[in-house]
Amino acid sequence: MKKTSWLAGPYLIWMALFIVIPLLMILVYAVIQDGTVSLAAFLKFMQPVYLKVLGRSLWLALLATAICLVMGYPAAMFIAGREKAVRNLLLMLFLVPMWMNFLLRTYAWMTLLGNNGLINRFLGFLGLPAMDLMYNDVAVVLGMVYNFLPFMVLPIYTVLHRMDRSLIEAARDLGANSAGVFAKVTLPLSMPGIASGITMVFMPAVSTFVISRLLGGGQYMLIGNLVEQQFLVQGDWNFGSAISMILIVVILVSMGIMSRFEKGEQGGVTPW
Amino acid sequence: MVKKWIGRLYALGVFIFLYAPIAVLIAYSFNSGKSRGRWEGFTLDWYRTLFHNQQISSALYYTLIIAVLSATIATIIGVAAAIGLSRMKPRLQKAAMNVNYLPVLNPDIVTGIALMLFFVSVGVRLGFGTMLLAHIVFNIPYVILSVAPRLRKSSARLMEAAMDLGATPLQALWKVVLPEIFPGIMSGFLIAFTLSIDDFVISFFTTGSGVSNLSIEIYSMARRGIKPEINALSTLLFFSVLLLLIGINLLSKRGSKKKNGDELAEQSLMV
Repeated sequence: MKKTSWLAGPYLIWMALFIVIPLLMILVYAVIQDGTVSLAAFLKFMQPVYLKVLGRSLWLALLATAICLVMGYPAAMFIAGREKAVRNLLLMLFLVPMWMNFLLRTYAWMTLLGNNGLINRFLGFLGLPAMDLMYNDVAVVLGMVYNFLPFMVLPIYTVLHRMDRSLIEAARDLGANSAGVFAKVTLPLSMPGIASGITMVFMPAVSTFVISRLLGGGQYMLIGNLVEQQFLVQGDWNFGSAISMILIVVILVSMGIMSRFEKGEQGGVTPW
Repeated sequence: MVKKWIGRLYALGVFIFLYAPIAVLIAYSFNSGKSRGRWEGFTLDWYRTLFHNQQISSALYYTLIIAVLSATIATIIGVAAAIGLSRMKPRLQKAAMNVNYLPVLNPDIVTGIALMLFFVSVGVRLGFGTMLLAHIVFNIPYVILSVAPRLRKSSARLMEAAMDLGATPLQALWKVVLPEIFPGIMSGFLIAFTLSIDDFVISFFTTGSGVSNLSIEIYSMARRGIKPEINALSTLLFFSVLLLLIGINLLSKRGSKKKNGDELAEQSLMV
């Protein structure tokens, strides 16, 4: 066979230069301080202030993922159950907001939730007192759900759509009721879609700093904000790199857990 | 019967949730009052100020030029790499694909700061060049991922056949392999283009003063509070996206290869 493998040569060098070395630099900055190997940056993270930020990030991201799953699964089932023309239209409708700029989608909620926002105006119109809707955890979770819901719906829809309908008929013929069919057939078969949906929502949610910066309160809201602050405001690159390493570990662990459910099936994300 | 209606109502609810914020932005973009709460009459003033806003037009310029350049360069490097990788020993190929996956799997913030650390340490000034380079870096993997499956199917044998019939390797590549994988190349380019247009986080960390794209501009405006010009901008972007999607749908319906919503859904999964 004639060799055309040299075509990949430039990219191999490229990957080493722009993918591997930059990632290694995070590692280097995290463990080397003033010329010596030191875990000081990681120890600094062990303070309650920062651990709380990590805890809050995990909690809010998990909450948003759970809400996306509960909201998204029925929506995916609904779309998968339509006829072709309707299905394509619904999918299109789902995709349009996703193609809008992410910042604008988050900004849209600022106009709804703000003190003079539409929701408070409406409450005032009804004679109810205004509420503080912005700059709190609820607003952040709402922003996450709004931005990442399609990431949950689409992989679940794909799995449901490809599912062999005759399995459902067979289950019915064998005497299962709707709930039984769902619990014993549909749900287990859609596990790969659910798993990749969870990964695809949890990952951007746990690492975001935009949503929390625009809709959340406080300077150190989520772990993403912490990283951003270290690099762009505090100038503490060692600490920033250490936090990034912790973020990478969180994501690797969550992907490891989820990949058990994907079983090598098709789906959006397949970890190594 | 009741169940059917519950399903429909539910779906309607989800779509209202998805579209209500956008609808509100669009409505307010025509509102002459600066405070968002009250309707004070119809106006196109915000569109006028938007077009005269120097920062936004410069951001739009950078967004588009970086998207075009990065998607083009990423497609060239990515297609060459995908062809080369497909001819490598499986073990080496697998290792390279794993590294290639890293920017796809890493959160944007990690990719962003990794590149920033790298650029600064090497001594490059952050600005247009570094932002463009960063976009190429995160675009190539998606190009490879959309081209690789098509290469796996056939092309090695076809290429050998072409060369047995007297083609040089380059001719065989150009006349046989590239046409074969062309749909993959196109979708790779489109994915790269949209990713680049939409990117905020990686651009935010790899750009320097004076160079910002639309996302960065929107972020800094939104941080300073609500600006009616952003509403106008959202409206324009929303309708461009809508027209684009409808256009793609119509085109693909006319084409012999029907690309239906399912395929679209799969593609956007990658985005």
